[in-house]
Amino acid sequence: MNSDKITKIILLFSSFIILFVAGGMVFSLVKGAIPAFKSFGAGFVFSNTWNPTQGSENYGALPFIAGTVITSVTALLISLPLSFSASLFLGEYYRGTRMAKVLGTMVDLLAGIPSIVYGLWGFYVLRPFLVGLGLPNQGFGVFTASIILAIMIIPYATSLSNEIIMMVPNELKEAAYSLGATKSEVIFNVIVPSARSGIIAGYILSFGRALGETMAVTMLIGNANVIPDGFFSTGNTMASVIANQFGEADGLKLSSLIAIGLLLFLITGVINAAGKFIIKKLN
Amino acid sequence: MKQLVIIMMAVFALYSCGNKPNKNESAQPASKITLTAAGATFPMPYYNMVFSQYTQSTGTQLTYGGIGSGGGIRSLTDKVIDFGATDAFLDDTAMIKMPAEIVHIPTVLGAVVIAYNLPGVDSLRLSNQLLEDIFMGNVKKWNDPKIKSNNPGLNLPDLSITVVVRSDGSGTTHIFSDYMTKISKVWAEKVGVGKSLQWPVGMGAKGNPGVAGTISQTQGAIGYIGSEYAFAQKIQTAKVQNSAGNYIAPTIASVSAAAQAEIPADTRIMLTNPAAADAYPISGFTWIILYKEQNYNNRSKDQALATVKFLDWLVSAQAQAEAEKVHYSPLPAETAEKAKAILRTVTYDGQPLLNQ
Repeated sequence: MNSDKITKIILLFSSFIILFVAGGMVFSLVKGAIPAFKSFGAGFVFSNTWNPTQGSENYGALPFIAGTVITSVTALLISLPLSFSASLFLGEYYRGTRMAKVLGTMVDLLAGIPSIVYGLWGFYVLRPFLVGLGLPNQGFGVFTASIILAIMIIPYATSLSNEIIMMVPNELKEAAYSLGATKSEVIFNVIVPSARSGIIAGYILSFGRALGETMAVTMLIGNANVIPDGFFSTGNTMASVIANQFGEADGLKLSSLIAIGLLLFLITGVINAAGKFIIKKLN
Repeated sequence: MKQLVIIMMAVFALYSCGNKPNKNESAQPASKITLTAAGATFPMPYYNMVFSQYTQSTGTQLTYGGIGSGGGIRSLTDKVIDFGATDAFLDDTAMIKMPAEIVHIPTVLGAVVIAYNLPGVDSLRLSNQLLEDIFMGNVKKWNDPKIKSNNPGLNLPDLSITVVVRSDGSGTTHIFSDYMTKISKVWAEKVGVGKSLQWPVGMGAKGNPGVAGTISQTQGAIGYIGSEYAFAQKIQTAKVQNSAGNYIAPTIASVSAAAQAEIPADTRIMLTNPAAADAYPISGFTWIILYKEQNYNNRSKDQALATVKFLDWLVSAQAQAEAEKVHYSPLPAETAEKAKAILRTVTYDGQPLLNQ
């Protein structure tokens, strides 16, 4: 047997493992979630009670879905203008300069910091700062969590869009300049349109990261299992309620947590699919 | 294909090599036995201290994972540990659900303290009604007239009350909610008893250390934690009104006083809100749980013997004397005797492991 065939077999084998693991994950999530959906039906998704008291157990995922969506969307909105400007700065305006190199390294560094470090910084520095500005609830809540999420995804989105912007062919830009276009005209009429799908893909990936972010959010959102009744009130997210409660959970509660995990899995899947669809459309 | 087979064989060889040392380990002599335990975080400061002392004096290795009472019970159910630890005893229905009969060994008495963060306020007194009002969310400000009238002379600030509770399931929550249910009808109806609850108000933090950290970092916060976590971080604790109407600070003496009641032979009793006039009302035993028949999962007799010998030492006067160093109260002498009697019912193949 030649080495070519062996390589083929090994590659096939490894790919199959990935498929197997992903399939197994979905299977065990669905299997674990069945008791919760049997007890509460589709109402599980829309119910806002989370009552773990023995005898009157009743679980619903709505508070956590709301918390996750609100914090992630807010984080994306906060990060959009900042990371977009940063990527233009690095990828076009100051491209190749020493300053851009230093900044680019910093951005990559920030993108690699573990989330617990962001959480610590948020808890001990950002939160007291926001309390000083008059934020209620001692700074715990949806707003603080969204800010920390935004800070976490800015380098991520910047780094991704920066790469795409740098990949725009020079010929295109030079052609525009030779026609007398200004720098901002080149950016908005040449670079952004041609890098559009890549930039959007970057933001979708960042959004996905915000959806699943756990540790930093847990430390700042206040972990109150209710639908946040305002921007500054406490709440909880899907990832954070799982992290908080899985250790002690059993029976119906464990099944409900797994069901939340399954929902998070589905939401992330839908977001990714939507992203791919948008990219396809734009291309 | 030959190459592939050779690779596979190499992998298997490596794998089986990796397994061999483990098998040898379990057959090692008694002096090098490793006992694994997991469970409640509430008694963890005490366990960490005495476990390492025992390892130093006997050579028996002990590891304790603070994963919460529920985690301890589940690990024992799954038979992956030698003994579990819990702050909430298993009731009769939970006992039946275990794969085999278990016994409860009380190890120490601890208090759940009401910790708060108010700079300059060092002697807060909380009546039963105030505890209900604060934890039900009816009193929202520290300078509320209700708090003021109960604490004349205290300079209470115009600050919102931030209630901090456990976000994970917890034996500490069980003790606290058991007490609240005894003193407040409203609480009993709306919230009830449990290791995790539907809280009317408040924000959650994970584990005793998490709640303690959040309180110490948050002005105006109030919450319930295992006493050692408050004392170690120098967080202020409130005096709580007991059933005799006295305001009692959580001290070693006042917690010991809570255990003067009649303790049943199997030691499964909640000590909250006792009748004694000088007792701190939110205290309780914390237990170690183990299987009555120790021959399961191919455990060796040495392993079983080491387990009960260690637990027998844990309830001895020598180990109990250490409890006060970390602000726990030692077991009353009669309770320790009961614990020793229970340990003498633990068997291996039907034979008691310890002599009478």
